[in-house]
Amino acid sequence: MQFPILSVIVFTPLITGLLLLLIPGERKTEIRVTALAAAAFALVLSIWLYFSYDLAVGGYQFVEKYTWLPQLGISYYVGVDGLNAPLVLLTGIVMFTGVLISWGIDDRPREFFAFLFILATGVFGVFVALDMFMLFFFYEIAVFPMYLLIAIWGWKVTREYAAMKLTLYLFIGSVVALVGGLAMYFSSGLGTFDMVALEGAGFSSNFQIFWFPFVFLGFAVLGGIWPFHNWSPDGHVAAPTAVSMFHAGVLMKLGAFAALRVGIMLLPEGATFWMPYVILLTIVNVVYGAYIAMVQTDLKYVIGFSSVSHMGLVAMGFATLNHDGMVGAGVQMFSHGIMTALFFAAVGMMYDRAHTRQIHELGGFFKKMPIVGIAFIIGGMVSMGMPGFSGFIAEFPIFMGVWQFRPWVAIISGISIVITASYIIRIIGSVFFGKMPEHLEHGDDHHEPIGDVTALDKVALVILAGILVLIGVFPSVMVPLVESGVDRILLLLGGV
Amino acid sequence: MDFIANNLLTLILFIPALAAVLIALLPGEEKVLIRWVAFIASLFPLALSLFLWFAFDTSQAGFQFEQNQAWYAAINASFHIGVDGISLTMVLLTTILTPIAILASFSVEDRIKGYMSLFLLLEMGMLGVFLSLDLLLFFVFWEIGLVPMYFLINQWGSPKGERELWGGIKVKSRTYASFKFMIYTMAGSLGLLLAIQLIGVVTGTYDLTQLFLIWPDLVAMDNIGPLGLSGETIKLITFWAFVIAFALKVPIWPFHTWLPDAHTEAPTAGSMILAGVLLKLGAYGFLRLVLPLYPQQAHDYAGVLAFLATMAIIFGALSAFGQTDFKRLVAYSSVNHMGFVVLGIAAAAYAQGTEHAVISLNGAVLQMFNHGLSAAGMFFLVGVIYERAHTRDLNEFGGLFPLIPVYGGIMLFTSMASLGLPGLNGFVSEFLVVRGAWPVFTTYTALSMIGLFFTGAYILLGLKKVLHGPLNEKWIGHISEINAREIIVMAPLMVLMLWLGFWPAWLLNVINRAVEMLF
Repeated sequence: MQFPILSVIVFTPLITGLLLLLIPGERKTEIRVTALAAAAFALVLSIWLYFSYDLAVGGYQFVEKYTWLPQLGISYYVGVDGLNAPLVLLTGIVMFTGVLISWGIDDRPREFFAFLFILATGVFGVFVALDMFMLFFFYEIAVFPMYLLIAIWGWKVTREYAAMKLTLYLFIGSVVALVGGLAMYFSSGLGTFDMVALEGAGFSSNFQIFWFPFVFLGFAVLGGIWPFHNWSPDGHVAAPTAVSMFHAGVLMKLGAFAALRVGIMLLPEGATFWMPYVILLTIVNVVYGAYIAMVQTDLKYVIGFSSVSHMGLVAMGFATLNHDGMVGAGVQMFSHGIMTALFFAAVGMMYDRAHTRQIHELGGFFKKMPIVGIAFIIGGMVSMGMPGFSGFIAEFPIFMGVWQFRPWVAIISGISIVITASYIIRIIGSVFFGKMPEHLEHGDDHHEPIGDVTALDKVALVILAGILVLIGVFPSVMVPLVESGVDRILLLLGGV
Repeated sequence: MDFIANNLLTLILFIPALAAVLIALLPGEEKVLIRWVAFIASLFPLALSLFLWFAFDTSQAGFQFEQNQAWYAAINASFHIGVDGISLTMVLLTTILTPIAILASFSVEDRIKGYMSLFLLLEMGMLGVFLSLDLLLFFVFWEIGLVPMYFLINQWGSPKGERELWGGIKVKSRTYASFKFMIYTMAGSLGLLLAIQLIGVVTGTYDLTQLFLIWPDLVAMDNIGPLGLSGETIKLITFWAFVIAFALKVPIWPFHTWLPDAHTEAPTAGSMILAGVLLKLGAYGFLRLVLPLYPQQAHDYAGVLAFLATMAIIFGALSAFGQTDFKRLVAYSSVNHMGFVVLGIAAAAYAQGTEHAVISLNGAVLQMFNHGLSAAGMFFLVGVIYERAHTRDLNEFGGLFPLIPVYGGIMLFTSMASLGLPGLNGFVSEFLVVRGAWPVFTTYTALSMIGLFFTGAYILLGLKKVLHGPLNEKWIGHISEINAREIIVMAPLMVLMLWLGFWPAWLLNVINRAVEMLF
């Protein structure tokens, strides 16, 4: 029997989370070291997984299948293909860097890391699940700790409100999707939740067209699709830094990915029918999201709405249902995950020191923390779709796909690039350059003078920024993999 | 040696980037070390491009030293680079000006590490545009050059000056100028991006050499590829997108307003490169993409282009005449001089296949090179006097010739080259453009030659205000002579100006072959 690498990746965080709860709460250093070690272990395994996926063979690899509730046709069934291997890697990276930058959390670190790790198990589980029941199961596991993490460790001003809003939105979304999922289960006549089997169930056109919106939109809520996006900026802002990183970096991909896996792959005819309408929603996401980001004054809200805009591009890429658009969307999920994790990490580091996120109250940070500045600028370039960075590699094919699907949509959404450039430049100019306010420069009763970030913070930022550049310069480290995953979906869609 | 010969263009392209990374790793306090590393690193591409120059075979048509490697296989874009006579000239211009500009920035004290790294990245971006034979790669480098320039203006630009926006908000001039530069260029390149995507979707390739082959047949079809658009529609959309993007970059009147701001606020070496090389990217885009891909459209709209070029020449000169800021004067002179490049391109587009077209294009490319030399020289000289006087206001100078005779002499020489004095480089290229364009667009060319009169006027005005007239007493003892380093910066530029004035054939031989191939 082969080494059950996927199960190890999925359950390492959960087991570590439970172990952490056994360590006495005051031994904070041990807690942190344990957490970091577990995160590093999961990261190493996911890197190994990523690079040992065999492109020549294709399909689902590292498959594990155990019956779990045979009476209902539920099994523990996991595997990776070209689309989710990058996402598993993404989760590993965000988890590791998230632990690094949360080193300074002093308020109950034990519970914090425990919940964060349970969340990570949920996320890993959704990405690798090949059984629809498992997918929903892990999905709920991912949503629940989010509520606690925001409500307990979040920003005091809005945390209860944001946590409640987020949880309600996501639960309602998942219930709607679950209804669609159950409809598939019952009408397929196969008596199984196995998604690979359900792909061949041959649902009738009418069935697919009726149920597709339930499944797709239910999950797309978590992907931040307009008009169901407004839980997400609130949630980003209220969450503590590491949770924001997870939230925007990984959790939103969960929605997009599940919408793809359950919606598009199981109901391809429904997708073909509805996508021309879905793409209209994503235009709003892309352009309006960028526009709203431009007028925000709170740094975290800017990043939050920019996520809405960028996730709109992911949905837009999937909506094209063609090779270019979907490859772009697949890469964009990874690229945006890393980019936005980097943004939130950088913003968190500044907030911890300045105690404000209002753009006009900040300034001159480049001199104080050059690494943060450089990392943020690299993130900004990715966000603007600047060539040489991963954002370009991802967005270029998305736009190519959109050209083939609806040319006018490409032209309209192109405007978002200029809008994004203008707000990113404005932020870099005023927050990192500009003049630092007196009370931050020299300190006063409420502030320490601003100093540089810790070595661990720097390591986290360098990892994230390095990946963005690496993919931008050498797209071949990721694109062929995603392409192999997309080819499979195209087959389901009718062998284009 | 084989390795160098086989990867010549790749080395030229990426040595600056490697040097930029190396400099970023050096400790920031070692200012002298950083300066010399940057300078010496920028000499490598120069040496290699000189080697390229002599190894280049002018008798052979098409692209040489080609290298082709898969880069982004999913959308069929590759790392395909090569040179022909036009790009070779531009590569040489870039690699000559970069070490000169780096030497000119030895007086920068503030965060020299970041400055030099960005400068070398900028060089890579510009070289990449000239070398690319793949549309996607072209776009990649086109955008990459933008970022370092933005930061150079934004961070190392002139510290003084404020600008009031709507609503009474005051921002620093350099913030305003860099933002304007970025947004103008981004808006232009958005069209470029969409057009490149459209071409990619329709043809399934980004490779220029392949594209040139299949393009004429393809656009003759009525119903192409997945879009079902007619060839004419696609041509029209992408033609205008390209034209607007390149016109913004040249810049062609009336899209030029970012230029005076950006030039004025940029640090001296930044202005040198901006005027010397970056403006050429737009003109190069016309030559490399617009003329070969859209001969018919280019012919149809050449009249408009010629009109705009004439406007640029006349209004550029008049605006320069009206300036009191020395640097703004030189900036507007760029609008004026680039007008001749565009006029040459327009004439060639209209009279394709005739000898007039060949002559005027030769003139245009030579003018690109010449303007690169003289604009870089002029901006440097403005920078030299600014560093000493801390003002650029023309009315504050006066009668400085006796105080700084060597500077005065160099200034006079460079101004004359810029003005187009026979015997110096500017004359040859402007003459060629005018000679080629006269039979094609007689009225516009005649008007442009009247514009040349204003060119003389503003250059003499600048000279008069700085060097001649009554001596402004306050400078006695406060202004020092140009120093040895600064003379070394100017020397190669002056030698080239003189050499090209006497014997332009060495450059024209290379250009001519490529220009004949263009149609």
